[in-house]
Amino acid sequence: MTAPARTEPDTTAAHEATGAPAPVPGGTAIRHGRFEHGLMFVAPFLALYALFLVWPVVLGIKMSLTSDNITGSGGEYVGFDNYTEALSDPDMWEALWQTVWFTLLSTVPLVLLGLVMALLAHGLRFVDWLWRLSWFAPYLLPSGVVGLLWLWIIYPADFGLADQLLAEFGLHPGIGWLTDPQYAMLSIVITTIWWTVGFNFLLYLAALQSIPQHLYEAAELDGATAWQRLWHITLPMLRRTTGVVVILQLLASLKIFDQVYIMTQGGPDGATRTTLLYVFEEGFTGYRIGYASAASYIFFALIVLVSLIHLHLARRTRQESTS
Amino acid sequence: MSAAADTSRQDPVSSTAPTPAGGTGGGRRPRWTRGRVAMLLAALVLAAAWVLPLAYALATSLKPMGEEVETPLTWIGSSVTFDAYDKVWAAGDIPRWMLNTLYISVMTTLLTVLLCAMAAYGFARTEFRGRKALYALVLAGIMVPPQVLMAPLFAEMAALGLVDTYWGVILPQVAVPAMVFILVKFFEGVPRELEEAAFCDGAGRWRVFFTIVLPLSRPILAAVSIFVFIHTWNNFLWPFLVTTDPNGMTLPVGLVNIQSSYGVRYSQVMASLVMAGLPLLVVFALFQRQIVRGVAHTGLAGK
Repeated sequence: MTAPARTEPDTTAAHEATGAPAPVPGGTAIRHGRFEHGLMFVAPFLALYALFLVWPVVLGIKMSLTSDNITGSGGEYVGFDNYTEALSDPDMWEALWQTVWFTLLSTVPLVLLGLVMALLAHGLRFVDWLWRLSWFAPYLLPSGVVGLLWLWIIYPADFGLADQLLAEFGLHPGIGWLTDPQYAMLSIVITTIWWTVGFNFLLYLAALQSIPQHLYEAAELDGATAWQRLWHITLPMLRRTTGVVVILQLLASLKIFDQVYIMTQGGPDGATRTTLLYVFEEGFTGYRIGYASAASYIFFALIVLVSLIHLHLARRTRQESTS
Repeated sequence: MSAAADTSRQDPVSSTAPTPAGGTGGGRRPRWTRGRVAMLLAALVLAAAWVLPLAYALATSLKPMGEEVETPLTWIGSSVTFDAYDKVWAAGDIPRWMLNTLYISVMTTLLTVLLCAMAAYGFARTEFRGRKALYALVLAGIMVPPQVLMAPLFAEMAALGLVDTYWGVILPQVAVPAMVFILVKFFEGVPRELEEAAFCDGAGRWRVFFTIVLPLSRPILAAVSIFVFIHTWNNFLWPFLVTTDPNGMTLPVGLVNIQSSYGVRYSQVMASLVMAGLPLLVVFALFQRQIVRGVAHTGLAGK
């Protein structure tokens, strides 16, 4: 399915020369006992970290400046051509937009629904296992199972579960859930909500359980209604968790790949081609791995930007709450 | 779906009510007020909406061939049969992929937990030159989404000759900076006195680590292990890129790979999905508490 394995001599040489040992300071000067022990503890991790995270980051930058094509040629140095090409390619912008669109569409319901589910389960204190099982279990299914389940059972026009249920309510079925550009992204969003909301649900549930009971008891003595307790105690106490849930959700949604690849392969007509799918197509089916690297670094910049905005906001709220 | 969401929109009214209600009568179980009944109904509707697809997949997998696509919707065919399961199992792919996935997940989990715990202990409790700089380097790695590295990582694996090998799937998943971060936070909370006592008795760093610190950390190690295991078991993109030989595929990759070969034999597709999904659901049933804790810990610290 993917491109067959091909070697790339240039990279290996460079890699062995500079890559692996780089972040580990020279091991010969070890004499002091504590020094030795400390380094021995972190060395195995650092070796793999250098090899499979630090080095690929460096290699990716190098590759993004070449016309590399995973066929073993290594490619020629082309400067920032890949970047300028990617940034001027309408398909790239379209893919970035699809990614952002999916992220916006999925994050709001995933956060709200996760919160609602947690409030329900926490408030009811009744058949806990049922709520956890039904809402969290889908999160444990491999994306292949989820994708195929919705692709084959729920979305086919007329005889799929979705259309049959709509027909029960007298609505006109026959929606091309995954074949109509108008519905394709929405379908992916619905699938994603069903699959992953359980994670947010559990995060909120854990947060709810850690809110001190005496706050509620005091509020009740003061005659606060259920609504007031929700607005003035529960939701403010959940603010930090909401920050975490939102940022985790944004970062997860931006990286969408599995469902789209499995269910629509980016179609129909590019309506669901998100950035990682674009990178995959350019690099692994189009054999332009240098270009694909450049595209993924542009995407990386977007993700770092989101993380930095989050850090900034988090710091500001922390300052506000302390002052 | 949207109907379910709308119903649930009303529930916050009463959602906090039961929490303090325990105080009113002193009894543990709150009374069934109108708000609580509304909450229960909302929860049941949402739960039903979530279970429905799974139930329908199960029902479809038990139908005789040819009846899967009949409309209107039926839950049980003319008879209940395990034919589809027999066929899928006999074809041999699913069992093979399950073993591959199990091996890869177990190895990845063991290595990840061991190496990350060692590194975290090194960073949290030992001194050596460059410790702070190295820890900063590791923390910076939390920002790097592995998906962004697919092109260079694949080129590197090709150069190393690790494409289509188990190690090619395992090794890039082992060094998880976020895990180190979580464990550093935990180890910093372990009382130093426990270690000092052992040092006085002549124990070395390694003995202290393996006989005192690790056993003390069992709850978080269990939570982290289960979480890593689930992630590895379900991981799609990397194994999908690095395996091309059907015999070496993991379950998630294999499933996607054979989807076309089933044609419209939906009962067989669903039977394979049920078989593929079941192992982790069983794991969940067994380790509910640890999984919930794992999500709370690792989720809060970021993946």
